[in-house]
Amino acid sequence: MTHLGPGSAGDAATVAQHGLTREEYARIVDLLGREPNLTELGLFSVMWSEHCSYKSSRVHLRTLPTEGAGVLQGPGENAGAVDIGDGLAAVFKIESHNHPSFIEPYQGAATGVGGIIRDIFTMGARPIALLDSLRFGPLEDRRNRRIVRGVVSGIGGYGNSIGIPTVGGEVMFDESYNGNPLVNVFCLGIARHDAIVKGQASGVGNPVYYVGAKTGRDGIHGATMASAEFDETSADKRPTVQVGDPFMEKLLLEACLEVMQAGAVVGVQDMGAAGLTCSTCETGSRGGVGVEIDVARVPQREPGMTPYEIMLSESQERMLLIVKRGREAEVERIFEKWDLHAVRIGEVTADGLLRVRQHGTLVAEVPNRALTEEAPLYRRPMAEPEGRDVLQKVRRDQLGPLPQPTDALLTLLGSPTVASKHWIYRQYDTMVRTNTIAETGLTAGVVRVKGTRRALAMSVDGNGRYCLLDPRQGARLAVAEAARNVACAGARPIGATNCLNFGNPERPDIMWQFAEAVAGIGEACRALEVPITGGNVSLYNETDGCAILPTPVIGVVGLLEDAATVLTRVFPSAGLEIVLLGEGLGELGGSEYLKTLHGLLQGRPPVIDLARERALQRLLVESASTGVIRSAHDTAEGGLAVALAECCFDAGGLGADVSVPGAPSDGDVDRLAATLFGESASRVLVSVAPDRVEAFVAAARSAGVPATRIGRTGGSGIRIAVDGTVAIECAVADAEARWNGCLARWLDGRAA
Amino acid sequence: MRFAVVVFPGSNCDHDAYYAITHVLGQQAAFVWHKDRSLAGADVVILPGGFSHGDYLRTGAIARFSPIMTAVREFAAAGGPVLGICNGFQILLECGLLPGAMLRNRDVKFHCEFVGLRVERTDTPFTSQCAVGQVLRLPIAHGEGNYFAPAETIAELEAGGRIVFRYANLAGEATERANPNGALDNIAGICNEARNVVGLMPHPERACETLVGSADGLVVFESVVHALAARGVLQAVSR
Repeated sequence: MTHLGPGSAGDAATVAQHGLTREEYARIVDLLGREPNLTELGLFSVMWSEHCSYKSSRVHLRTLPTEGAGVLQGPGENAGAVDIGDGLAAVFKIESHNHPSFIEPYQGAATGVGGIIRDIFTMGARPIALLDSLRFGPLEDRRNRRIVRGVVSGIGGYGNSIGIPTVGGEVMFDESYNGNPLVNVFCLGIARHDAIVKGQASGVGNPVYYVGAKTGRDGIHGATMASAEFDETSADKRPTVQVGDPFMEKLLLEACLEVMQAGAVVGVQDMGAAGLTCSTCETGSRGGVGVEIDVARVPQREPGMTPYEIMLSESQERMLLIVKRGREAEVERIFEKWDLHAVRIGEVTADGLLRVRQHGTLVAEVPNRALTEEAPLYRRPMAEPEGRDVLQKVRRDQLGPLPQPTDALLTLLGSPTVASKHWIYRQYDTMVRTNTIAETGLTAGVVRVKGTRRALAMSVDGNGRYCLLDPRQGARLAVAEAARNVACAGARPIGATNCLNFGNPERPDIMWQFAEAVAGIGEACRALEVPITGGNVSLYNETDGCAILPTPVIGVVGLLEDAATVLTRVFPSAGLEIVLLGEGLGELGGSEYLKTLHGLLQGRPPVIDLARERALQRLLVESASTGVIRSAHDTAEGGLAVALAECCFDAGGLGADVSVPGAPSDGDVDRLAATLFGESASRVLVSVAPDRVEAFVAAARSAGVPATRIGRTGGSGIRIAVDGTVAIECAVADAEARWNGCLARWLDGRAA
Repeated sequence: MRFAVVVFPGSNCDHDAYYAITHVLGQQAAFVWHKDRSLAGADVVILPGGFSHGDYLRTGAIARFSPIMTAVREFAAAGGPVLGICNGFQILLECGLLPGAMLRNRDVKFHCEFVGLRVERTDTPFTSQCAVGQVLRLPIAHGEGNYFAPAETIAELEAGGRIVFRYANLAGEATERANPNGALDNIAGICNEARNVVGLMPHPERACETLVGSADGLVVFESVVHALAARGVLQAVSR
């Protein structure tokens, strides 16, 4: 095969530079029946990178439940799709852009937004909502403040411009994210069932089109970069971060939807990681066909680019379309209208090969399946980390003097993880497209579905601390919380997507964390009947050998039959009965309280009874639809005390007075603290009109959900008594000021 | 009554204006592509919000060269009602139909939130159904809404009664605190001398249903329907 250009690329240094092992190289030679040339080696190196091949994670991901009555599209496509009635589908996915966001926060986050949006409209869906799950190191460090500012303005810069509202999300802070922030972006779109387009090539002789931005030398080996840890030389990797152009993507979005609506394409795929290589071989492989292209026809930003560079470039805002033969002129006309130039770069063939030419000369020829399905699959060694029994134990003597409960509450409310994120989301256009339910204090992002009475609620959640202490339990809790947040808004969870952020999978302890977390996700999704329809894995989140907290982030989508019945966390008026659903078990392990007040990341995360959780969520959805509950808020970081305070915020200073029994256990630390700040799962604070509370409590109990009347709304203070003694007493205004001011205090007006 | 919603590449509130006019207000609307040269007999022209041409130069600076803008200028010169919302307002400033310019918000951040908007004048087609001093609750969503003009221009606007909207608190006071972006004199919206061209930064089209937060914006569209009806346009259409 001497005609394949520069000869064998098999010397050890070249192979290693491409992030491939000797064994992997041998497998390539075996699959090809010959040595690859340099261009082909490049194709394999990106497609077999962890980022594209999921080679370490696939064996575990296969265990996740992906089917359900409403699932129209499970994993394997650009995004998943779930039925939402009236012939419509919710198309959604979450994806990470962690590594680029550390190297170049603004562009890394911006292109993360751009990438996931492309995944959604590629399916023929109109994107209508974005969420972000963000993790940063502590704000005390100015480098982290710079990253926060950059990521937030990058997300806004892209989403605001393209005109897709950011309707929710979550942010947590921890030292483990110091050199490795997490930027996970979720996007949801709406499509008619019959208009869903897949990333498949088919029909021998159908032309293959390239449209969008020109191809430059940016982002070459981005996927490979995302498949290695960081060290002190990471700054040198800046050139592999791409620059986003939301205007270009807006044009692509409108033009592609128009072309798809016209029925002129058989398949569409965006060029994200591994660019042209990934989009050609994946569409070919999915359709069981070959794809032949000539890179000389690819629009190029700079002269002299080699086939290797063109195939591996990760320039943003580019799409690959498989057009129906005979419809070329129509497709070109639509793109011309949007000032985009659609270029025919090749065609679908029958032989299953990715064949790359340059000015007609063959430069690479590889079976599509060799790059995709036949990528290596690893069952990497796993080992439970040592010392977990010590980690899972908290002793009273590890804590200093206990703070007064009121002071502890105020400190928690003013800590970045718990505090209001208004500083962040005010910089996002949350309302464009006029679907966003603008109620203050929603526990999930909620958008109405135009043309119906329905709305969709969505939430992203994950707690890395719980997962460090017990990855399986932490993952179960993450699924439960995301679904619970959606249910608190009154919506029935119908589908989920996951973004699994972990360290280096070649370390057995990390691989063990990963496997345990995936098992936990599977258990919870099965029990709560929310299938996983797709997602993303981000490994090698380490800097200088120090891994992030294992952070599986779960996105759950829920359906609200009547948008007008949406609930928020905010107590709507005085004189309502406050009912606690679920019960506190005095669990302080992994809590925000231990971390913020005592600097400890220890203990066992809360236990969760998934059957009870499901009963709780069903009760919430049912009670929201009948209007019996007026507000709902789950207890999360900071426990009961923080949750109650949050129910009083954004309500004009309306207070609450409650009395709860002490927790059954002291959480090995302190019974009072465990009662107030323990983070036992499956608990929700709801408010109910006094004349309906008795019936509601009875209904809850008969549904298997513990329900306790704990007090009433009213006044202007927050008061919590435990076992009859007042433990916390403060003015709503003071507490709210702490909660509101935290992020601005850190992020405004300080030297960068 | 027929509204033309002009679509520039990068407009992203075009569908929102269309939806408010057709689904909520029950009037007719048509999208007009920026490369078109005719407004196709529209009675009202809306320049919607968004990021025309990406706003990579000054906001609205490229859109003013679009072919449709010649028709918009002629339409305005003939007294036709033109409303520029957010980026549409910025385009009106760039093309000279309205005076002044936009600076970046004083804290150089994008802001999206509900603000109070005090109606200063009811003698424009887009405020005819308002009351002077009425406070509307409308969302803003912009990074460059900090209205600026030379002192003599401001004086002219003031003297001519051409400041149509001011940022204000719910009590109707145009305080510094109620000003979200640093705009001079809390100016949120102005009109031309003939009063038929109005630009404002807040988004009335996003506030036409309580489900999405406020219905206070509807009055802006109702006003123009009323104003044109009074001039016999409705009858002309129905005939």
